[in-house]
Amino acid sequence: MGARVCPQLVRRKSPGFIFMVLAFSLLFCLSSPTQAQESPYIVTYDHYLEEPGSLEVEYFSTFGTQRGGNDFDAFWTEFEFGVTAWWTTEVYLAGQTTFNDSTIFTGFRWENRFRLLQREHVVNPVLYIEYENTSGADKILKEVEGHDVESDYAPSNAVLRKEHDHELELKLLLSSTFKGWNVAVNPIVTKNLLPSEPWEFAYAAGVSRPLALKASPNRCNFCPENFIAGVEMYGGLGDTQSAGLRGTSHYVAPVVAWNLPSDWTVRFSSGFGLNDNSHRLLLRWGLSREFSGFGELVERWLGGRP
Amino acid sequence: MKARFALFRPTARIGWVTIGAILVGIGIFGAAWAAAQKEDAAASKNRKSTYAALAEAPEKAREKRNPFAGDAQAVAAGGKLFEQHCVQCHGRNAAGAKYGPSLLREEVQQATPGMLFWILTNGVVRRGMPVWSKLPEQERWQIVTFLESLKLQSTTAQSGPRNQ
Repeated sequence: MGARVCPQLVRRKSPGFIFMVLAFSLLFCLSSPTQAQESPYIVTYDHYLEEPGSLEVEYFSTFGTQRGGNDFDAFWTEFEFGVTAWWTTEVYLAGQTTFNDSTIFTGFRWENRFRLLQREHVVNPVLYIEYENTSGADKILKEVEGHDVESDYAPSNAVLRKEHDHELELKLLLSSTFKGWNVAVNPIVTKNLLPSEPWEFAYAAGVSRPLALKASPNRCNFCPENFIAGVEMYGGLGDTQSAGLRGTSHYVAPVVAWNLPSDWTVRFSSGFGLNDNSHRLLLRWGLSREFSGFGELVERWLGGRP
Repeated sequence: MKARFALFRPTARIGWVTIGAILVGIGIFGAAWAAAQKEDAAASKNRKSTYAALAEAPEKAREKRNPFAGDAQAVAAGGKLFEQHCVQCHGRNAAGAKYGPSLLREEVQQATPGMLFWILTNGVVRRGMPVWSKLPEQERWQIVTFLESLKLQSTTAQSGPRNQ
């Protein structure tokens, strides 16, 4: 099925992609870029926050296979701003194209990450708080929670978008870096703000390492230190009514990030479903660019000191 | 009466929750903006204490030796890394900029390589400097090597701004 509809993925210019191009173009003109050292994770978070005053604009796409329905391409754009060295705030706008169906905007997310300890420790905790206002047609699968399973995504967009999710999501981001290796574990708790809905549980975990630990003296695109490779795993753990692995879906995904000297970061991930409840394949890619001095730019717009 | 009670129906409640969330959002963004402004205003005051953070390095960390000391390749690599990650705050010549203090000052020049490495690793989070442990240890030492090369330059020139 995936092979049959894949060409549509190439031909179709999604609204999210157009929005992303416009956003990048605007920022390109107005702000100065800086090279980021981005982790390769797409679902898991490590404990590193955005540098203060910097804005990172990211575009991600997830192609997913769907049994009992049409394959899809879900996409989202993230605007991540470093307010201080201990606080990062981020807004996501998400949409999706379900092949042989339609392309729709599926909602927004607003997340905040707070670093809890000033200095580096063996394990570094960061508190993550997110408010999510999405429709049931949201398919970015940025988190797989509770009893989320593949069949939830099979109905048409017209049916799925009737459902509205207003969720509060809390994560404890635990992360450690030792001799170039990063290990991150994120326990996740989610609550739909409807009182009747239970608390849902989930997890994400990842391990990664740069291909080289020493920088070369020259600027280069293909130097091994520009590549960070790893693997992440994520899935649901049930809810307060039935906690555990029964009726949950899980994924494992090799991931790689390529931090280019031209200030762009490219990420790839191919996620494989680990049980019958999971999508067979989640193919993800992302493109991001960090803009330093964005805080100063906004300050100038608002009439502050130059 | 019915209309009034409709406000408390689940669907209406979701609408209120959305409005509430947006208001809270505006509030938090406002607070973020105020915090950023406050941090900026306090930045110059904080610079002194940013330097003082060097003194907080534990004895064991201070005594660490730079494995790349005197390595010209490491200076070049450190310079590249400095340009990629540090220039944004500390300025092109490490002489300081709006968000970061000068690294040509005496406090930095006289710091041991171990102290510089410790500051890079731990940051001075409350005063705006992020942790840089996401760079592998060798890369952090390469940056330290580059900073040490500035020490040599500044002792000959002694022209770095003193009031950053």
